[in-house]
Amino acid sequence: MNGLVWLLVALPLGGGSVLVLTGRRCPRAVPALGVAVAVVTLGVAVAAAVARPAAGAPLFTGARAGLAVDGLSAVMAVTVAAVTTAVLLSALGEGAPAGNRGRFFGLMLVFAGAMLVAVTATTLPLLLMGWEVMGATSWALIGHQWQDPARTRAAGVAFLTTRTADLGLYLAAGAALAGQAGSLDLAALPLTGSPWLHAVTAGVIAAALGKSAQLPFSFWLSGAMRGPSAVSALLHSATMVAAGAYLLLRLHPLLAATGWAGPLVAWTGAVTALVLGVVAVAQTDLKQLLAASTSAQIGFMVLAAGSGGTAAGTAQLVAHAATKSGLFLAAGAWLTALGTKRLSALRGAARSYPLVGAAFTVGALTLAGLPPLSLWAAKDEVLAAARAEGTGPYAVGLAAAAVAAAYSVKAVHYVTRPLPEEAESGYDTERRGTRRICAATPPPLLALTLAAAVLGVLALPGPASWWERLTGDQGAVSPQPWEYGLSAGVAVGAAALAWWGASRPGLAPRAAVGWAHGWLHLERAAHFLVVRPVLGLARALAHIDDRVVAGAVRAAGRGGLTASRFARRLDDRGADRAVRQTARGTTAAARLARRVEDDGVDSAVRAIASGARNLGRWARRPQTGLLHQYYAQAAVGFVVLVLIILLVR
Amino acid sequence: MLSVLVFLPLLVCAALALLPRGLGDRACAWIWISTAALELALVVVLWSGFDAGGGMQYEQRARWIPSAGVGYHVGVDGLSLPLVALTCLLFLAVAVYSLREYRRVRSYVCLFLFLQTVSTGLFVALDLILFFVFFDLSIVGMFFVIAGWGHGERARAAALQFFLYTFVGSLALLLGFIGLYLAAEPHTFDIADLARADPLAGSGPYAGLVLLAIGVGLAIKTPTVPFHTWLPPAHTDAPAAGSAILAGILLKMGAYGFVRIAMPLLPGSWREYALVIVVVGVVSVVYGALVALAQTDFKRMIAYTSVTHMGYVILAVGAAGTLAGTDLQARSLAVTGAVTQMVSHGLITGALFLLSGVLYDRGHTYAMDAYSGLAAHTPRFAAVTAVAAFAGLGLPGFSGFIAEFQIFTGSLASRTTATAIALTGIVITAALFLTALRRMFLGAPRLPGALASGGVADLRRHEALPTVALLALALVIGVLPRWLLDVIEPAGRALARLVAR
Repeated sequence: MNGLVWLLVALPLGGGSVLVLTGRRCPRAVPALGVAVAVVTLGVAVAAAVARPAAGAPLFTGARAGLAVDGLSAVMAVTVAAVTTAVLLSALGEGAPAGNRGRFFGLMLVFAGAMLVAVTATTLPLLLMGWEVMGATSWALIGHQWQDPARTRAAGVAFLTTRTADLGLYLAAGAALAGQAGSLDLAALPLTGSPWLHAVTAGVIAAALGKSAQLPFSFWLSGAMRGPSAVSALLHSATMVAAGAYLLLRLHPLLAATGWAGPLVAWTGAVTALVLGVVAVAQTDLKQLLAASTSAQIGFMVLAAGSGGTAAGTAQLVAHAATKSGLFLAAGAWLTALGTKRLSALRGAARSYPLVGAAFTVGALTLAGLPPLSLWAAKDEVLAAARAEGTGPYAVGLAAAAVAAAYSVKAVHYVTRPLPEEAESGYDTERRGTRRICAATPPPLLALTLAAAVLGVLALPGPASWWERLTGDQGAVSPQPWEYGLSAGVAVGAAALAWWGASRPGLAPRAAVGWAHGWLHLERAAHFLVVRPVLGLARALAHIDDRVVAGAVRAAGRGGLTASRFARRLDDRGADRAVRQTARGTTAAARLARRVEDDGVDSAVRAIASGARNLGRWARRPQTGLLHQYYAQAAVGFVVLVLIILLVR
Repeated sequence: MLSVLVFLPLLVCAALALLPRGLGDRACAWIWISTAALELALVVVLWSGFDAGGGMQYEQRARWIPSAGVGYHVGVDGLSLPLVALTCLLFLAVAVYSLREYRRVRSYVCLFLFLQTVSTGLFVALDLILFFVFFDLSIVGMFFVIAGWGHGERARAAALQFFLYTFVGSLALLLGFIGLYLAAEPHTFDIADLARADPLAGSGPYAGLVLLAIGVGLAIKTPTVPFHTWLPPAHTDAPAAGSAILAGILLKMGAYGFVRIAMPLLPGSWREYALVIVVVGVVSVVYGALVALAQTDFKRMIAYTSVTHMGYVILAVGAAGTLAGTDLQARSLAVTGAVTQMVSHGLITGALFLLSGVLYDRGHTYAMDAYSGLAAHTPRFAAVTAVAAFAGLGLPGFSGFIAEFQIFTGSLASRTTATAIALTGIVITAALFLTALRRMFLGAPRLPGALASGGVADLRRHEALPTVALLALALVIGVLPRWLLDVIEPAGRALARLVAR
């Protein structure tokens, strides 16, 4: 039975890799195979959710690789597998983005496998492995149409931003080992000794906020929208960005172990929900609006995690996954049909394509938090958990709920307007539209929308207690009846106001709109504060490396050469000449001696003279002026010296 | 057995040199490939007979220069066996890659066979002088490879610089070895005896000077900042096969020297100067990564990432010498990570350098600006390079992650600040690899101006086979690392104990 959890992760990882490798050879079979793998994975996920397998294997000294399906990861595994299946179904036929299908379907499956590893991992190393592979597949999928430089640049920004945040998990792993938490088990992390406990917590929070596009990392999600809509529907709304919230929900005991982490996380979530909600209101592009709302909605999950509302946060996660992936599929269907995602150009799109329009409207109203749809109930659970911890985050969260109603209704307002006369002129801003909805899109779209609408039953008393048991959140705070009423009133009121205001632009100050429209200019800030200084430093260091460090070595070489030349000159002029002159002197002396002495002495002197001459010739010989030969001589001399020392000792 | 492994390539080299002139180039290449394959098979046999918990194995001793305490002593343990296996694999990969070499093939093959003997010999040597001889001969062999088969006139200058610089390093190393020899009673160069005796325990500044000499010698070869400047020109101007061996094997000789000689033979001074070593490691990591980020030349960029990756090794071995605030588990994790990183870097950087050779073969330049959208012309080449780049940036699922994760988690406890700074290296490395991929392979297709508009050929079989095989092994280690870690871990733990004594 425990093999089931290995099968759960190996199936999409293996199947996906095979599709990536062989997709070029049989492109026709790829979509069907991809969907088949996804369906089987969904079946395995459901079976695993029932059977609750756990497995492990040794990985590093004292750190195992562990996978297990408990209540929380059962929910996540089924959600991931279900959304993957739905999105891949919608990508059958014309739904898939242009380009290599094997790569697209394969990478979507590899992503799903990595995400399943991350949500079922029970130890930190394995979590980190799944976590980073998700980021890499996100890079490849955003840049799927790699001919477009804007897309590949956005892919790079997304990967580097999330990887920078991921350093937190590396830090947490080291700190957990240092703090004697032992096995790097996620369950053992709260037992880390202080001060390492704080490092572990901070690292986990940073990684989670980065992945979940919370403030201040939100900007990467904006660029990620340049990827295909199917990718946005799976990775950048339902699953990958929610992984950060999932991690915080799972590690709530760790947050609770330090005094500061819970409030920090709760406030970050609440503020992100509010501010990114405002950003969503200011967007003029449907996918950008949905992306900002993703950050904002995940803010509610993060708020729940910081407040200890695991059941509430998980309910929000699942309801949001169904809602948002449905909305992205609808946006993608329009993008394919009409060639645009501009809100102004999408006027009346819901009337042109009523089925997609109806699904989109229901999804958007769910997103608005209108009763009795699912996110209304889930959000109230989150707010109740937040109120138990403090009034501040609760109030901010309530305001964020109002903003959520505003941006959702804004989108609905645009697409349900009567079709303008010159609608055609606004189309085809991104690509040439097909003017029809691909047959594969509606079934998964409707299924997701249905789930989005009815998942609110989880808030009913009976299912709620089952859900709390499932997610291991016994004793969760349930909202009071007046809270349901208050949030419903806020949502309906804000929605009405937004409907009224949508046809009257220019109410808000222009600077604020520009600021919100540009995602708070966070990307520009990151560019100015981090990227440019680092690139500048890199260039300066490269210059220094060339001129100073390598230059010093070259100068030393030149110095050696000069010294050897000098030595040669000295040698030529001094030693050599001395030798020569000695020889000459000896010759002269010999001549003199011959004159003076008799023949017997003469021959001996001649021999000495020729010997001296030979010595001079020998002494001249190594002075070639070639540096490397001098060097080799030095080396030989050194070795001889050493041998002498050795033998003499 | 081990001696056969070491000297078989040299024998074949000698036989090749003696064979009649009429022998064709293809025949030479195939002789090389068969020899390298036989070597790999031998290593597999060695590995299968290796008992991970059994310490030094397959030992062989012979008298060599007994009067000077020099002996022929070889053996393998968990630190050296993975590197010996890497050597045999990488040489086979290079042999296959060089199948289409056409310039003076016989001397080329002889030189690489000679280099294989030297490299394997170094990793199994258990005598300091034997180690030194192989260390020096590797410099000589690589000098001829760069000077003879590199890119033109500049290659000769780069080769000379490489030779002189690393030769100075080897002289420093010899000085340190003699210092060790003189301190041991009775005098000996035998590594096992020296490790047992720990001759310089408590001898203060003298031991420090010996460590300095050995450290500088090994640091030049590794290389670490600031002794790294010979590396970029040597790589840029070397032929692809030479670069792969230089980065994959020769750099490991320096790093291996630290774990085989400096740490077990000088444990006291190693602990004393651990901070210096850690700082050198961290500076190498961050400095190397930043300078690599600013490069415009693909091969030069990869050369600088080698400085970064070797910096991780130095950081880990430095942290393993720090006892405060840490336990044996963390320190052996760091050492295991360091050895894993050597293997991983050999596989991945070896593949990257072979791929850069393909790039040069097609476009006759390494300048990244000259290319754009190569994926349109050469999808397989782009895909393999992308995989290699992600492996290089330490993506989980590849061996680099297994190594770096162990290094970081093992070093953080004792060297918190340094390790935290070194962590930024993995983001900078990611940035530079992604930028390189985007500039050269993605975007609108554009080729260097000098090329005919006919386009360029994709990866050929003899180029694809070695690179894919190396990356596949990196993937296997990344997913199922136990078979490798089972061999390294006992030796890593033993070394961590030796340093702590």
